[in-house]
Formats: sequence, structure tokens, C-alpha cells
Amino acid sequence: MISDKVLARLKTAAELPDLSGTRYRIVDQIGRGGMGVVYLADDVELGRSVAIKVLDDAQEARVLAGLEHPGIVPVHDAGVLPDGRRYYAMKLVRGARLDVVLEKTPHLPDRLRIFQKICEPVAFAHSRGVVHRDLKPSNIMVGEFGEVLVLDWGAPGVGTPQFMAPEQASGEVDGRADVFALGKILEIVIGINAAKPLASICRRAMESDPARRYAGPLELSADIAAWLDHMPVSAHRESVGERLVRFGSRNRTLLALLVAYLILRLIVIFWLGR
Amino acid sequence: MGKFWFAVVVGAALGVVDGLTSWFTPAVRAQLAGIVVGSTFKGAIAGAIAGWFAKKVNSVPLGILVGLIAGLLLAWGVAAMQHGYYFEIMLPGSLVGAIAGYAGQKRQDVRISS
Repeated sequence: MISDKVLARLKTAAELPDLSGTRYRIVDQIGRGGMGVVYLADDVELGRSVAIKVLDDAQEARVLAGLEHPGIVPVHDAGVLPDGRRYYAMKLVRGARLDVVLEKTPHLPDRLRIFQKICEPVAFAHSRGVVHRDLKPSNIMVGEFGEVLVLDWGAPGVGTPQFMAPEQASGEVDGRADVFALGKILEIVIGINAAKPLASICRRAMESDPARRYAGPLELSADIAAWLDHMPVSAHRESVGERLVRFGSRNRTLLALLVAYLILRLIVIFWLGR
Repeated sequence: MGKFWFAVVVGAALGVVDGLTSWFTPAVRAQLAGIVVGSTFKGAIAGAIAGWFAKKVNSVPLGILVGLIAGLLLAWGVAAMQHGYYFEIMLPGSLVGAIAGYAGQKRQDVRISS
């Protein structure tokens, strides 16, 4: 009698793609998404590990091949399996998913800088006419050296409900749908009890009317940069009190010097009694 | 306005305010105008030293230190000429220099390209 464990192994082996005619040897399955299955494989010719994605059409590979950016996983090779399915080999991303990295990154400015790195490849793709349509933490990897890679380009249009812009349901989307998803991701990045300007940035990114959102990821990132630099953010109309607090946090040294001067002056006037 | 002139203006402006505070010292109130003029010059010179340093070295802590020392030495000179009021002149005077030093370092130098 065959044990469940052996049966499971046989089932997995049977599902593995037949790469016998290629330079790749499957090592393990490392991911499964709506668009296909991703395997860890060895490139026997070049002696390196790669990620192989097997899918039903070549759309994603074509999209990816047209996007050369440090934040987008490069495609090495593409082909057709004996069973007719298509595959492509891409750089094996070593690192962790965004949500895992965020759990280990408590410092808000560090979290926001990671978020800004997500905006860059997305903006680049938009400049090439490509909209991701399914941005979410599980599609974003953070490498060992802090590099951020956005995965799963070329999705056919159906995003993940939790991160999907309202207009995506009708199918007509542009880059502002990705801005909406980035807003959702930002919401996770900043957590609850976020500073008012950050909450305002989130709200603008997630406006139900695309025209009221940021025009693109770079505009969104610029507002984050402004907040990090203690500068006003375009999404938030600040009160006089907030402006004073921001000025204080931006000019701590100057305030300390002025306070020291005033204290010394008061000592001279009242204590030394002249 | 570049770093140098910004530090000079900040030093002079703080010098005016610093000089005006002598109004609270009844013993010298009669010489208020002269004190304000002297204090303004003292602040401007401290600002000039701090501004010159800011153009040469880009460091806020060092800029504050140079301004502080310049303000302290100039204030000591003034106090020595007065034969007194060392604390009253030197302590705030050094901080006027320090603030001018900070201002010089924080100011972006203006470059006009043709």
C-alpha cells in the first residue's frame, strides 16, 4: 500500500513540467499564482539557479522582456514545453515578500523608503505603457540588500479584490489603478494610528475617482519624500499647529539654539540683576 | 542671497535684538543706541566669519562651533573694552554667533549659470 506522503510526491512529480529538451532542470516548486506556477531550476549551461514560470500564453514574458529596470525581474529566456504550454526563465529573486519584510521593519521611515522603491519600477512600467493591475505585497520581493523587485507583470486584468481599484471591475484601467493598489499597500506600510499627512496621502491614492488620485506613482512617492523631509505634502492641508510642529521637527537645532539664547538672556536680565 | 551674506544678515539682525535687550539693564539703558550699533557690528562680523566658514566647510556642527567661538571672542573683546559685563555680553554673544553659524550652514549657496 502506498502512503499518502509517497502519493503526494508522485503527484507533484507528475505535475512538474517536462523541460527535457531545454537547458533547465527543475529543482522544486517555489510558488503558485493565478497566472501560473513558478519553479526553482538549474540552468545547466550557465551553472546558475533561475526561476521558471510555466503559463498558458506568452503575454507575461513579452511584457516583462520589454521592461528593463532594476526593480523588475529580468527575463533570461522563453520557450514552449512539449505539452504546448509556454515557459520563461527569469532571475531567481533571493529575499522575502514585502509583508514578511514589513513585519521585521518597525522603523516607519525605513518602511516608507521600501515603499518608495516600489513606486519606481511601477512608474517606469507606466512610462512604457504597461499597467501592473495586480500590485499587492505578495507580488513584491525585497532582496538581501534592500533591493525591491515587483513580480507578476502581465496579469490579464483581474486583480486581487483587496487591492483592486473600483474601475478595474469594468476592465478599463490606466496607471491610476496601480496608484490605487499602491495606496492600499501604503496603508499596510504606515499601519494604524499613522500621522495625518500620511493618512491623507493614502486617501488621495485610494480616491474612488481616478481623476482625484495622484497622477502616477512618482507623484505619490514625492509626497512620501516630502513627509520624510518634514516638508508639506500636497495631499494634506495642514493647520497652523501642524505647521509649527513640522517647523519644529525640521529645525530642532535652531530651536535649541534660540531657546538657549533666550534662557541665557533671561538669566542675565533677571538673575544677574543688572 | 548666498551663505556668506545670509550669515552676515542673520548675525546683524540678532545683534540688533541682542543690543536692544540691554534696555532691561537700567545701568546701561542710557547708552542703548551705542550698544545696539556695537552689537549689530559684532553680530555681523561673527556672521561674516561663520558665513565664510560655511562656504569652505559643509558641516552644521562645525559651523555652529566656529560661529560660537567667533561670537565668544568678539563679545570678549567688547566686554574687555567695557571693563565689565563679561557674562552679560559674552554668553548671549556667543549664541548669536552660533545661530549665525547654523544659518550659514543651512543656507543653500546661490549659483547663477550662464
